[in-house]
Amino acid sequence: MQSVIPASLTITHDSIQTLLKCKGNWTIENLSEVSDQLENLTLQPTILWDVAEISEIDSAGIALWQLNNRLFEQKGHQCETIGIRNEHSHLYRLLYSKSFQDSPPPDLPSWLYRLGRETHSSFLGIGTFLSFLGEAFILLFFTLRHPHLIRYRSIGAHILETGAKALPIIAISAFLIGVVVAYQSVVQLQKFGADIFIVDMIGISLTRELAPLITAIVVAGRSGSAFTAQIGAMKMTQEIDAMRTMGFDPFTFLVWPRVFALMIVMPLLIFFADMVGIFGGMVIANAQSNLSFTEFINRLQGALALKHYLIGIIKGPFFAFLIAFVSTYRGFQVSMNTESIGQYTTKSVVNSIFLVIACDAIFSILLTELKL
Amino acid sequence: MTLPIIEVRNIVTSFGKNLIHDHVNCTIHRNEIYALLGGSGSGKSTLMREMILLERPQSGTIRVLGHDLSTLTPLEAIRLRRSWGVLFQSGALYSSLTVGENIALLYTEYTDLPPKLVDELIQLKINLVGLPPHAKHLYPSQLSGGMVKRAALARALALDPKLLFLDEPTSGLDPLSSRQFDALIQQLRDLLGLTVIMVTHDLDTIHHIVDRFTLLGEKKAIAEGTLKEVLAIDHPIIDYFFQKGQHGITR
Repeated sequence: MQSVIPASLTITHDSIQTLLKCKGNWTIENLSEVSDQLENLTLQPTILWDVAEISEIDSAGIALWQLNNRLFEQKGHQCETIGIRNEHSHLYRLLYSKSFQDSPPPDLPSWLYRLGRETHSSFLGIGTFLSFLGEAFILLFFTLRHPHLIRYRSIGAHILETGAKALPIIAISAFLIGVVVAYQSVVQLQKFGADIFIVDMIGISLTRELAPLITAIVVAGRSGSAFTAQIGAMKMTQEIDAMRTMGFDPFTFLVWPRVFALMIVMPLLIFFADMVGIFGGMVIANAQSNLSFTEFINRLQGALALKHYLIGIIKGPFFAFLIAFVSTYRGFQVSMNTESIGQYTTKSVVNSIFLVIACDAIFSILLTELKL
Repeated sequence: MTLPIIEVRNIVTSFGKNLIHDHVNCTIHRNEIYALLGGSGSGKSTLMREMILLERPQSGTIRVLGHDLSTLTPLEAIRLRRSWGVLFQSGALYSSLTVGENIALLYTEYTDLPPKLVDELIQLKINLVGLPPHAKHLYPSQLSGGMVKRAALARALALDPKLLFLDEPTSGLDPLSSRQFDALIQQLRDLLGLTVIMVTHDLDTIHHIVDRFTLLGEKKAIAEGTLKEVLAIDHPIIDYFFQKGQHGITR
């Protein structure tokens, strides 16, 4: 091994020419100083490169020399190179033998074009989602006529995965929501001495609105994202193509089991969230305004009409349907690169939470107009 | 010949109870095209992964460019990793970056060369491996299988490594592309003074460009040497692997 001599460049001017004397190891680790030196030179009309004393050169060294040579020639200088050694010219020929051509980056289209394209593609997106839904329902009716095709086992597995295993996180979220609502209302209600109305407040707001919404959001984040990632990964590894060739339809095997499982599980989860949320409120009511648990429950029986509870539960399957369909649809959109899994999982969660909230708003308006 | 580039001595590897290497040896010299051969599951890819610090053997020593891999400091490991390029079987290009950005990553992380020079180098490497100039702006998902291999080779060559590791470089390529790829590897070896270590199944590659190789089988290195030397040995696995008498490769 020879000792490493860093690359160096000696620049000497005379009346008509500039001599660039190159020395040392022109290898990639040693080039940054020389390349700085070569920027912003004032040069005579003729430039002479003396490369005889370069001990070692790699492709970066040759590229630096060629790049600057080309730039000098563009500026109208005469360039010449002396002292080229045989072993160096081999490398040069290897690198520059094929006619060297740079390709400029493709032009970015104008903003108007991009706006149009984006709008058009999101418009088409609605179409593809509708055709996805349509295909799914055709296969649903087909499967219902042949019930032995229903994937009971798969539905069961998804119920366990999206339902039973979601209980802890839903318990924590619902309990905390109950606590928050109770805390905020106690402060306001105490001003009027209307402490007892805390029961109405918690009972109705939780069962009718908050528990379904919180459950749906947790499920969208937890199971919706999992659906998209699972199906996306299967699409990337061509498993879905393999299923199609074997005649296993992805809708019967992947989509409907998830949709059914979530639609079954969601009302149960909402019921669970109701219980835990009300319990959270009860604890706070007890601590803040000395309302005992028995009193609370007695009052609750009078205050909480059955319809509020039922409205909350009824929303479950609707939310579940939206979450499961959007997230499986996004899974099928994943393309053949690793980045798109992340991208579509994000989209799936964002879309399903938005749709859940929009659906909830529609429910709210409709039911109020119906005086329910 | 001076010091070998890579020396593998008495390597023992096992995954759980599954013994992969039982005291395997091999020696790779400067400027060789060296192949690790063997049937599926013979541990040739594992041996290569051990050479490039992706896996550790249970016992034995591997010396690469004079460094014992088991006693490397982190700093030495970084320096050593910069002195080799690896071409993975599936290319392993970063799919969120274009081909140009894949190559540029090494320059921007490890050097402070001006952007103009980096651009020139990317274009050079792309030309060198025989990709069309516009390939620089394409994403890996837009490339064909052969182009992915070439782009990955361009990335492996970015820092002008002295050592090039290739994992099944011609798998998934059509015969013509495979031969072109072989010719490219040979040209690079001759002109850049590379040492090439490859895992391959391609008998044509072995026949045409590989100088020496090790045949792995039954957890051991069964034979090491040139094709001629190895074919002279009588061993059922050698007969089986080279399909003696069937496809023209005979003694």
